Parts: sequence; C-alpha cells; structure tokens
Amino acid sequence: MPSVCFYFQLHQPSRLRHYTVFDSNELYFDDSKNAAICKKVANKCYLPANRLMLEIINKYDGKFKIAYSITGTLLEQLQLYAPEVISTFDALARTGCVEFLAETYYHSLSFLYSRNEFVEQVNKHTELIKYLFGQTPKIFRNTELIYNNDLAMLIEAMGRFDAILAEGADHILGYRSPNFVYRPKNCNRLKLLMKNYSLSDDIAFRFSNRGWNQWPLTADKFARWVGNVNGNGNLVNLFMDYETFGEHQWEDTGIFDFMRHLPEEILRHPDNNFKTPSEVVESYQPVGAIDVPHLISWADTERDLSAWLGNAMQSNAIHELYRLEKKIKKTANEKIITDWRKLQTSDHFYYMCTKYFADGDVHKYFNPYDSPYDSYINFMNVLNNLSVRCTKPKIESTPGTHLVHLPKTVLR
Amino acid sequence: MKVFMLGWEFPPFISGGLGTACYGLTKALNQLNIKVTFVLPKKVNTRYATHVNLLTPGSLDHVASFSCEELKNVKFLTISSSLKPYSRPGVSQTRIEETLKEKMTKNGFDLTEQSGGGVDYCGDMYTEVHRYAAIAATLAENEQFDVIHAHDWMTYPAGMAVAKMSGKPLIIHVHSTEFDRSGPNVNQMIYDIERAGMHTADKIIAVSYFTRSIIISRYGISGDKVEVVHNGVERNGNANHNLTSSVIERDEKIVLFLGRITMQKGPEYFLQAAKMVLDVMENVKFVMAGSGDMMHRAIELAAELGIGNKVLFTGFLRGEDVNKIYKMADLFVMPSVSEPFGLVPLEALDNDVPVIISKQSGVSEVLTHALKVDFWDVDEMANKIIAVLKYPPLGLTLRNYGNFEVRKLRWKDSAEKCARIYEESMVAV
Repeated sequence: MPSVCFYFQLHQPSRLRHYTVFDSNELYFDDSKNAAICKKVANKCYLPANRLMLEIINKYDGKFKIAYSITGTLLEQLQLYAPEVISTFDALARTGCVEFLAETYYHSLSFLYSRNEFVEQVNKHTELIKYLFGQTPKIFRNTELIYNNDLAMLIEAMGRFDAILAEGADHILGYRSPNFVYRPKNCNRLKLLMKNYSLSDDIAFRFSNRGWNQWPLTADKFARWVGNVNGNGNLVNLFMDYETFGEHQWEDTGIFDFMRHLPEEILRHPDNNFKTPSEVVESYQPVGAIDVPHLISWADTERDLSAWLGNAMQSNAIHELYRLEKKIKKTANEKIITDWRKLQTSDHFYYMCTKYFADGDVHKYFNPYDSPYDSYINFMNVLNNLSVRCTKPKIESTPGTHLVHLPKTVLR
Repeated sequence: MKVFMLGWEFPPFISGGLGTACYGLTKALNQLNIKVTFVLPKKVNTRYATHVNLLTPGSLDHVASFSCEELKNVKFLTISSSLKPYSRPGVSQTRIEETLKEKMTKNGFDLTEQSGGGVDYCGDMYTEVHRYAAIAATLAENEQFDVIHAHDWMTYPAGMAVAKMSGKPLIIHVHSTEFDRSGPNVNQMIYDIERAGMHTADKIIAVSYFTRSIIISRYGISGDKVEVVHNGVERNGNANHNLTSSVIERDEKIVLFLGRITMQKGPEYFLQAAKMVLDVMENVKFVMAGSGDMMHRAIELAAELGIGNKVLFTGFLRGEDVNKIYKMADLFVMPSVSEPFGLVPLEALDNDVPVIISKQSGVSEVLTHALKVDFWDVDEMANKIIAVLKYPPLGLTLRNYGNFEVRKLRWKDSAEKCARIYEESMVAV
C-alpha cells in the first residue's frame, strides 16, 4: 500500500544583465529577459500544468494530492509578469489537496555561509507563502536538496517544521530503501523524506528518451513499478522540477497525458493512495536514523556541491558575496539588501560551472551566458559595484520598492 | 601512401603559421607512415640545417634534396632560386606584377626580414609562383605519388600543373584566404589563383569552419567538397619552467599582443582597449611583440591615445625571447579581424598564459577555455582584460583548464583526417 508523494520544484532566478566594469548604475538585472523567460515558461509549463493538476484534483475528489515548493524570486516575477499563474496556484491551494513547502526565499546557498541569513530567508519565504496562499509551511526543503546532519538540526531547532526533504542518494542509503520515513541523525522530532530518484527520474529525465529500453513510459507501466514497492516500503517520494511538464519534456512527448492517466492507474489498486508530505509524516513513523555528515544534493551524477562550488571562480565569487554581509546589512538600505540577496541565488554560481562545459553539455537551461567565464566576470563586476554602494552615503531618490519601478525597464 | 606536398614555408623559413602548420602536419603524417615529398621554393641555407640531414643533390642539378632525421618519411625537394627556367610573363602582365609586388610587401610576405635566410621573396611573387609551378611539374615526373597536397595560394598553380600532368587527385589546403589577409581590398590576381585552385581541386581542406564558410560564400565552392581539419599544436611544453622567474614579484601586470602588426591582426583594437583599461587601472603595461606594415601606425596611435609610455613595442621576437615574453605575460590578447585559425593562442596557453581571442577566428572553434570577444567590441575587450587582471581566480581557472584543453589538440588527429581525405580522393578518381 504505497503512498505516492509528489513534490514539484518551481524556481527562476533574477538573471543579471550584461554589466561591464565601466558600468556604474544600480540596475543589475535583465528585466526584459527575465520577463520573457517567465512568460514563456508560464505558457508552456506553469499554466497548462496547473490546469491539469486542478482538473485531476477535481476529478478524483480529494484523492489526488501534490506539494509545491516555489521560490520567492519566482513568485515575485510571476506577480509582475504572469499574475494569472498566481491565481491558478491560489485555486490549487483552495482545493485542500495541495501543500506548499518552505525553502530559502532566494533559492540560495546561504545555509553554507551564513546561518543568520539562512534563517531570515526561510522566514521571509514562509511569510510570502502565508500571504499568497494562506498556508504556513510545515515541511522544509533546501535549495537543490542540499542536505546534511547540521541542516536537519538547524531546521529542527527552528521549531516549526515537521520534516525535511533530501536526495535518496545510494551512498547515503546503502542497503536501505528511500521508500520509508526516516529520522535525521541527532534529531528527536524532525522526520526525513528521501527522494526515490530512480522512479522520479523515470518521469523527469527519461520519459521521452527513445534510447531507453522502457520507452515509451505509460501510466499503467509506471503504476506497476510503484506497486512493486508493496511489501518493501510505505511510500514513493517523487520529487522533480515542475518544468518537467512542458519544458524539459515537451507537450508532444505526451507528458501531460501520462500525468492525466497516472492517478487512475495508481488508484486502481485499492491500497494505493496519494499523500502530501505532511500527511506522510502523520501516517508513518521513522524506521531508522540516517547519518549524512557531509553535504549532498540532487544535482548531476555526483550528488554533491561541485556544480556550484567546483572551481576557483565559483568559490571566490560566493566567498566575496558573503563577506559583504555585515557591510550590506549595516546600510539598512532595503534596495541594497535586496540586490545582495538576489545575487545569492544559486543559479549565478551554476552558470560558472566548468564541469561539463568543454563537452558542450553546459548546464544550459535558460543559461544567459556563452561561457562560465563570462558569467563570473559579470557577477564580479556587479558585486564590485554593490560593494562600492555600501560605502558611499546613499540618497534614495527613487520612491517605493524595487518591484514598483521595475516595469519602467520592462516596457523598454 | 605517397604524398607530393607543395609548400611555401618550412621551419626555419617561416613568416607565420603556415610553416609551423606544415611542420606539424608532415611530422604527424610521418608517424602514420605516410611518405611525403615536400617541395619548397627556395634553396636551403645549411646554416639552419643543424637538425636536418642533407642528402645528395637530386637528379636534376638545380634541385637540392634532403631529409630530416626526425622525419624519415618526408623527403624535401627545394628549388634553387638562381634558376630561371620560366621566362618572365608577357608585357601585359607587368602592371599586375607591380601591384602584386607591392601587395606582398604590404601583407608581410617579406620573408627576408623574419627568416633572415637571405632569400629575397618580395621580389617578384607572381613570377616566383609560376616558376615554382613549372619546376614542381618537372620534379613530379621523377616522383611516385598517390595524391598532391598544396598549401595556400602560392602553390595552387603548381598543384594544378602537377595534377594535370600526373592525373593524380589534387587536395588544396586553405590556411588563409585573400579576404583574411586584405579585408575588403582584395587583390584580383591572387583571388583568381585561389579560386582556380579551389575549383580544380578534388578536395579542399579548410583550417576552420570560419574559413570553410568563406570558401563556400566567397569562392562559390560547393560545401560537400570542403572538409575542416583543425590545426594541432606542437607541445614544446613549459618543461624548462624557470621557477625563479615566476616567483619574482612584479607590481605591474603585462598584457601581450603577439603577431604580425598588420590590418588582419587588429592592432588598433588592442590599443583602443588598452586605452580604456588604463583609464581605470594603473600598473598595467601593454606589450606588442611583432612587426608589420602597421607598426608605425600603431606607435602613432598609442601616442595619440596618450598611452605611449604604457605600450611597449619589441619588434619581431624569436626563440628564447618568445618564451621569455610568455613568462612575463599575465594575459594574451588576439584581436584578429579575420583569423583562419590562429596558432598563437594555443602557444600562449601551452605557456600557461590565459587568452582572450577574437570570435572571428578558427581557433575559437576549438578552444572553450578562453575568453571570446568580437574584434570590434573594444568595450568588451577592455572589460575582459580588466576582469582577468582584477579577479585572480579567473586567470587561474582559464590557465588550468586551457592548458589541459590544448593538450587535446594533436597534429596526430589532423594527420589522420588528412589521411582519410587522401584515401577518399583516390577512390573518387
């Protein structure tokens, strides 16, 4: 009787505009590009996928359940460029079958560099979710499922979370299965949900791969695989990017139809069901403790941090960024603090990754740069300007928040 | 497999990349056990032949034949410059010759200055080219070979003559075109020779996709006839790393331009970028190593921009001096306007110097760990120069990955591709 637990990740960064060392203004972000990408993804993925989820939820009368984690940077962009997406999420939230998870507002790596900043960002994100969807998140997932024992302890200490998510990496689980609820080592109350990466990736990565011996993947075949868990687990955690629907897997691959039929096939077996992460936590007790002394993530085959911190440029950029924290916060200037926080988004460091660059297999998804070097240069030029702004006395001439005067450039 | 190869330069008789490329390619072909007869247009000056084993003169007494110990499958045939079997072209062509002569000197084909070989090539290029063709055709009669491989326009008439005479397939290898060398002021005579060569050839080898597209679009050649074989790089390596010199603390950064100072290489863009860099940074010197017809203009321009004291002109460098300048440099910039390949950035990376290269170059197709700019985008060039000087992890990463990447560009791979093209052309004929 496995419970299927879907969680979808949604995120877009605030991409930087081309910023040279000769630039001196404070407009760091490429609003027109961010708007264009946001609208494109909204039309190809967010809107049709939300419509589909709503349709399924209504059809199965509360038996189909899912969870979302949406970053603050994306929610801001959606409010500006595609507000209709926000209303569809609101409609989903009202069904009672959708749970929203907590994460860092800026999709940042702040846990690694500043615990204070990390907590502030998690709280800021929770506030936004509460404001938009009327839910207080009870489950935490960190940027890119970056996780270790310390993170779990910190999240437990924050007091308001019931569980945390992590990658079900083989080298962590060993002989154990990701299909149970666990407890992070050294935690007393917090529970740990681990991604079943094999079944998740069957949908997220392999679905349209014609070279895969299981292609084409049909709903009944996938339901059979889920059924195989019976007797050897309580749940199947399917964690993936929401862009799987329509972006990573285009509509013509049949991904939407697959999803449309999946609930029927899963629920065909009376013991199967769908649960949100919070319901999973309520239903199942931990079967053991999981010890993760070093950091893991859900990225690449390495499942480590090398995609963000693997070369000298990346580690230099991120160290310089967090070195400014005191100076930035001392200014008490909202605009400066917000700009600094937007620079923390992990994508900026991902673009600097040289790992697969020479093979032409760049981390290409909406990457605005031709090369990791260009991305580093751009980031450092912006950071330099930001640092200079902290030291000079600043008269805020533009009234209102950043959000208000953004469209000025959008119209350009 | 035997190749009758027609070249114009061979180390140490070089003015640029062509001779270096011919050396690398023949050496790799030699290792593939492909027999190469290499015809050079000039008498060999034995002063340079320390690594060359001179054999008995060939059957014709105007031909010197020799071979290299390290290139045991390569036989060299050189043509004595004292010989004049080819009468001067008709009077009607005198005017063209004058133009040509001027052109050659202007475009840095003046070999005397750089090779120091004492062979006067700027004399009468057109006559030279045809004299070379005539002798090559005569030489070919006594040689056994399967294919003809001609490098650049000077040898195309020879290639065509030998092909006609022997009926063997002709492969021409385009290291540069008249459009690269002269920009919009194309010399009609050279263009016609290039075009005739390309149309006659059974196969064309371009050194880059950049050059391939010029061959297709400017010379009207069908794309299926043009193959791309990227150059490799000879790794002479930085094995003799002198630790003491790299430890010396300098308070000045050095940005290097190395190449002929001609229109093609974009020296003025380098200087304009230098000006922008110096506006915001002190303690940077810009070194221009090389000579060429735009050298005086470049010196003047540096003065006009008010950066004369920050730009050093070294003249043409060779041997140990080149290694020294690489050791001093923090960054190498190649702002070429039109560069069919561009071996120098690979040399720089081989010497652990990070590089900025123009997007209008063939080498940008094979290098990923390099900064790339449009040659005309001076702002971006300056932005990137400053970034390398200001953010040390950038240079470090470029150096580490770039050096590794260069090791993968081997002449062996280029030679294997050539060998495949030889075989295909033999089947086709």
